[in-house]
Amino acid sequence: MATEFLMGNEAIGLGALAAGVRVVTGYPGTPSSEILPTVSARNPGNIHVEWSVNEKVALEVAAGAAMAGARAMVTMKQVGLNVAADPLMSLAYLGVKGGMVVVVADDPGPISSQTEQDTRTFGLFSKLPVFDPASPEEAYEMVIDAFELSERHGTPVLFRPTTRVCHGNAPVALRESVAAASATVRFAKDPRWVIFPRLSYENHIKIEQRLPVIAEEFSSYRFNALAGEGRLGIVTQGISTGYVGEALAILGDLGHQLPAHKLLRVATPHPFPKRLALDFLDGLDRILVVEELDPFIERELQRLAGEKHLPITVLGKASGHIQVAGENTVVAVTQAIAGFLGVEAPSFAAPMPAAAPELAARPPVLCAGCSHRSAFIAVKRAMRKRRSVFSGDIGCYTLGNAKPLDMVDTCLCMGAGITMAQGLHVVEPNAVHFAFIGDSTFFHSGITGVINAVYNRTPIVVVVLDNATTAMTGLQPHPGTGATMMGAVSQKVDIATVLRGIGVMHVEKCDPLKLEESMAAVVRAVGATSNGVAALIFESPCIHVTPPGPGYIVDAEACECKECIIKLGCPAILSVDGKAVIDNTLCYGCDLCAQICMFDAIHPVSPAEVNG
Amino acid sequence: MKANIVIAGVGGQGTVLAAKLVARAAMDAGLAVRTSETIGMAQRGGSVVSHVRISDAPIASPLMPPGAADTLLGFEPGEVVRCLHFLRPGGTVVVNPRTVAPVSAALNNTEYSGTAMIDYLHQCGCRLVVVDGDAICAEVGSTKVLNVALIGAAAAAGALGLTLGQVEDALRKSLRPKLIDMNVRALHTGARESAKGNP
Repeated sequence: MATEFLMGNEAIGLGALAAGVRVVTGYPGTPSSEILPTVSARNPGNIHVEWSVNEKVALEVAAGAAMAGARAMVTMKQVGLNVAADPLMSLAYLGVKGGMVVVVADDPGPISSQTEQDTRTFGLFSKLPVFDPASPEEAYEMVIDAFELSERHGTPVLFRPTTRVCHGNAPVALRESVAAASATVRFAKDPRWVIFPRLSYENHIKIEQRLPVIAEEFSSYRFNALAGEGRLGIVTQGISTGYVGEALAILGDLGHQLPAHKLLRVATPHPFPKRLALDFLDGLDRILVVEELDPFIERELQRLAGEKHLPITVLGKASGHIQVAGENTVVAVTQAIAGFLGVEAPSFAAPMPAAAPELAARPPVLCAGCSHRSAFIAVKRAMRKRRSVFSGDIGCYTLGNAKPLDMVDTCLCMGAGITMAQGLHVVEPNAVHFAFIGDSTFFHSGITGVINAVYNRTPIVVVVLDNATTAMTGLQPHPGTGATMMGAVSQKVDIATVLRGIGVMHVEKCDPLKLEESMAAVVRAVGATSNGVAALIFESPCIHVTPPGPGYIVDAEACECKECIIKLGCPAILSVDGKAVIDNTLCYGCDLCAQICMFDAIHPVSPAEVNG
Repeated sequence: MKANIVIAGVGGQGTVLAAKLVARAAMDAGLAVRTSETIGMAQRGGSVVSHVRISDAPIASPLMPPGAADTLLGFEPGEVVRCLHFLRPGGTVVVNPRTVAPVSAALNNTEYSGTAMIDYLHQCGCRLVVVDGDAICAEVGSTKVLNVALIGAAAAAGALGLTLGQVEDALRKSLRPKLIDMNVRALHTGARESAKGNP
């Protein structure tokens, strides 16, 4: 039995392998993206692994496999579950034959997400069991448990790590495979797989009967833990379990005599492990619930205390003792626990020398050489004199909202740029409405929106930023690249052909790194909106999937305008003594700065200059 | 034995691999270790921070509170100053003095000086080890070895709770074969530079 140093997401992938998973699907999304590639990298060959076009598709592919009796896993981030909600809600009624684990990574903070939604609450809504791991090593073991429970009860289960578990690393002891991938299963035809109102009604009753049974099982589940004695109780979950442990150790190290208290960790929040919770509540006066996102456990305990008429005060988010939004921290949890236990909290503020230099904020930016920057500049320049609205979407190009580009006026969710531009057009028909969308997002949920615009004759300009990869989440392939997670190369799905096929009359491709040509293409596309939807596809690969060109250099004598600094926001261009200077460790040679320089002061580094 | 290490830098500088190498060395030494990474949007040139916690006892949280770090390993001087609150009094800072100017600095025409950052670090009461990462990268012949050079410097300064040899072993086990020689050279060059002219 080997021990490996693994990221939480890698542990989840290897846990699924050990559990004999046969089909793994998903759509990339931080913090979930590394799970599926881990399975792919260690695929003994009998596991089907695919990046699906979106989360709904991914969940349905996995559901089909699980209905046939194979073990299946689907991975996504929390907002991906919104996309997959339709099949998931219905699948909860139909159930599965092979174990099916729906991994949904939540992102308290949020660090890289649109929402702070809580998948535990989705478990309550969809009536599905939820596992909530606290560490990579636990996640490994828990995935195996999740498959087992899913298969035994014939229900899909939700597996919900959060960012700090997904992207935390620890040594993980790996097991021998506990189950062989079921290669010989076969779909058994049966009316149970066809959802109808009557069946849903009958299955609804079964689900309501099953949940208390699973709750009872969960009360004895190995990762639900109850310890301690006393009239005070602390409850926690997930990564906050570590923060609570750290906080108690910090308070103990300060020499505080901590009052007796019970400690409950809830690893399976739904169905709530009632018997275990009642054991915990027995004899308590006050409880502090330390959790992230929704006050899920807090509400369950309040409900339980009410049901049993227990005179217990439940403190947490509603009472203002735990923050309602954002990530918990060791500091905040230590302060909350110190207050709850009636001991003095430490001051975490380290003494600092007074005059700290002022630090500029360092938000994420488009990379030096990023073709999205060129595309944004081309559209911006072409539309200098026209009232235009720029609807954005989800991907690296959302970063185009930052100054000085300022080219993203709206961003809602995957695919919404194309459709929101249509609503914007309806109320402001005299403006030009652009919708920027990346290649992977186009396949994910852009196509239906374009069809809607064609059908309803809404003249928007769709700008596809095709950089030949899913860049933000770590360079995953997609239908437009043709590469698959099984090693085979498929026929690439051509975006221009798709657009023409769904009725877009004006479809043009151009290279965004050629500014003048791109601006002319933008003008043509805008002109073509008199006939309906127009599409412009900017094709230029992400700098992370293509080698750099020659670096560039600024002739300081000629440098006057600073257009490159003022207009581009390129991380490779610095301002030194009032002149632009290019950092050639970052420059990718996109040539954009040279094209916009009004004094012709920027040119490629010649071989002589490289050697010199 | 306990070593809490914060690694601060700019997305793309190789902080994630640095944390992984240190952790691997600790694991191979039979110690408990937890790390936490910044992965996602911030990797596009934003501020990134890794926490590495090593102990001979179980570790509860992968993230440490302010004032808990024994060592702050800085790939960029401004990012070190940004994370200085993590350092315990008297802790060690190993820093590469070369700045990566945030886009906002050029845009707002504000001065961003690495010297001012290093001067400030000299006043902060920490043990300061300044390691010229650019020079090491030039000597080794690759801009990609900054992370390993800084780890070598930190190990040689006794700031990791691990020996240089332990780190080298981990490096040899973790990297692809064709990258090993270059990185071992970077590790030892970093160690040499750290010993040279630093307290």
